[in-house]
Amino acid sequence: MGVRLDRVSFRIGGTAILDGVSAQLPTGSVTGLLGPNGAGKSTLLRLIAGLDTPAGGQVELDGTALHGLTRRETARRVALLEQSAAPSVDLSVREVVLLGRIPHRSRLLGGFGGEDDHRVAEESLALVGGSALAARLWHTLSGGEQQRVQIARALAQRPSLLLLDEPTNHLDVSAQLGLLGQVRSLGLTAIMALHDLNLAAAYCDRILLLHRGRLVAAGTPAEVLVPETIAQVYGVDCDIVAHPRGGHPVIVFSPAAEEPHPPVEFDGDFRSSGAGEAKNRNPEQNLRRIRRGRLVGRAVRAELADPDPTKDVSA
Amino acid sequence: MTADERAATARAAGRAVARGRYLGLVAASVLALLLVCAAAVAVGPADVGLADVLASVGGHLGLPGMTDVPPLTDSIVWQLRLPRVLTAAAVGAGLALSGAVMQSVTRNPLADPYLLGLSSGASLGAVCVVILGVAFALPAAAFLGALSALVATLSIARVGGTITPGRAVLSGLAIAQLGAAGTSFVIFWSAKGDSYREILNWLLGSLAGSSWTSVLISGSALVVVGTGIVLSATRLDAFAFGDTAAASLGINVNATRWALLGAVALLTGAMVAVSGAIGFVGLILPHLVRGLSGPGHRRLLPLTVVFGALFLVVADTLARTVFDPRELPVGIITALIGVPVFIVLIKSRRAAAWA
Repeated sequence: MGVRLDRVSFRIGGTAILDGVSAQLPTGSVTGLLGPNGAGKSTLLRLIAGLDTPAGGQVELDGTALHGLTRRETARRVALLEQSAAPSVDLSVREVVLLGRIPHRSRLLGGFGGEDDHRVAEESLALVGGSALAARLWHTLSGGEQQRVQIARALAQRPSLLLLDEPTNHLDVSAQLGLLGQVRSLGLTAIMALHDLNLAAAYCDRILLLHRGRLVAAGTPAEVLVPETIAQVYGVDCDIVAHPRGGHPVIVFSPAAEEPHPPVEFDGDFRSSGAGEAKNRNPEQNLRRIRRGRLVGRAVRAELADPDPTKDVSA
Repeated sequence: MTADERAATARAAGRAVARGRYLGLVAASVLALLLVCAAAVAVGPADVGLADVLASVGGHLGLPGMTDVPPLTDSIVWQLRLPRVLTAAAVGAGLALSGAVMQSVTRNPLADPYLLGLSSGASLGAVCVVILGVAFALPAAAFLGALSALVATLSIARVGGTITPGRAVLSGLAIAQLGAAGTSFVIFWSAKGDSYREILNWLLGSLAGSSWTSVLISGSALVVVGTGIVLSATRLDAFAFGDTAAASLGINVNATRWALLGAVALLTGAMVAVSGAIGFVGLILPHLVRGLSGPGHRRLLPLTVVFGALFLVVADTLARTVFDPRELPVGIITALIGVPVFIVLIKSRRAAAWA
């Protein structure tokens, strides 16, 4: 059950945007979709949302193939939060949340009674702690509040899968943390495209790492977010330490330099565990190596001389 | 009862009040429309009392107990003024509804059948068949003209798959100019009688030629197409956050958009066929009504129909009485009211996002 991606491919005019992406995401899990710009994150979200049809392979939600469903049926199961959307007319928060009931309304007269819709909308808004916002106009909300209201709108669809396309864009740090905490607390299966590796490491159960349309790594944040993989996919130099409180991996980026990065020496809590090429190959081992405030891995630019992006590092 | 249940009950009661207020607003505006129509029939160079209006209309509808009306007064009411007022009401309602739909499906607050060139296209189509002498094809030709203008405007405005409101208005301007030039050319080329007046009537709009045929054309288009549009209100709501959001709410975006824009072309074509290209009704009425009904289309659309009718009946009555005995094209009146509103919209808070 949950979401199953089976060799999903998509192409635009002969160019492969996604190439054979397969993954299994259990019900209730929060998955982070990572990858550089143009890796295919948004495209994959659109395919899972049923907005586009895959060129090959299929997306299954709780055992049902999505592209066999009508758009309305899909909209009752899958809700999508776009990046920074704005309405063309000034809607109130209540009206925005009610939009989520559209897939459940009858086609023509569209639920003129509507008390059920109002009740579901109120519950959804309460779930994101937004009841007090109900009468406010959209443009008076802060960015974080707008995203919260969008989540309430998505919840009003009563979906079994929530998709979020870079939901933290343009939010300040407290709004970012608040929003992702909110997504986790819903207990809903969620897939979100993220740019910030550290937010993904902190809030996701699983990570799918895309690069040029291929899935190059999948697993827990500690399994996927290792310096070599990050170096290969993003071409940046970083160190991984364990979060002093949460224990999840924290990625510390090093400024890009022409010269190979000098070995890092840490004071206090942080100690370099020394250069070791083979030690990060095994995610299990790597997981054990993450301890409070300790440097567990390191990539230097010299190792990045000829990154092979197609290499499947999850193997 | 828990506090939550009490709050929910209170909110439900609040919604009942809001619904009652909306229905009251609709009832009041329909009543106002009826009164204004009756008054508009009474106003004019020949003095006709309200009682005569009611008696004449009642007599023709076969209502019992109507007093006799002098034959001249009766024919002024029944043959001249009533068809004109009813045509004005139908055209105003149709254009306002067209504007509301266009603003929603193109997410462009400046969208309007006149600004985006549909009305000029419809005029060109209409004068072509008038010149050819096949007047029965008038509404069909006007529809084809409106549809061609719509497709042309949207294709010119489309760059890399997106249409910004600013580009849509610019390309609409070009198409509107082309349609107006074509209309003028066809009339000049056929040159018979009072070309200037005829050109003015097509380009600025006039209801002077209204007959019961006009009522039939505009009224049936309004009832048939307008009903279809009002029933699509929920789908129009879904466009508020754009195409992707609409699709993710279960809307078949392309099919819905083209069906609705096709309906708008049909409605505009029928209206232009009887009245020429009357501007700004479709632009200002939806904005005005949104302030009363809120942006939800299930409330916006019916009220827009009533207010559109009310607006054009008043504008047309002004057009034929202010400079009595000379008559202004009604488009001059709607432009005098519409252009200031257009300027306010351009200057408004959201304008920065339109470019």
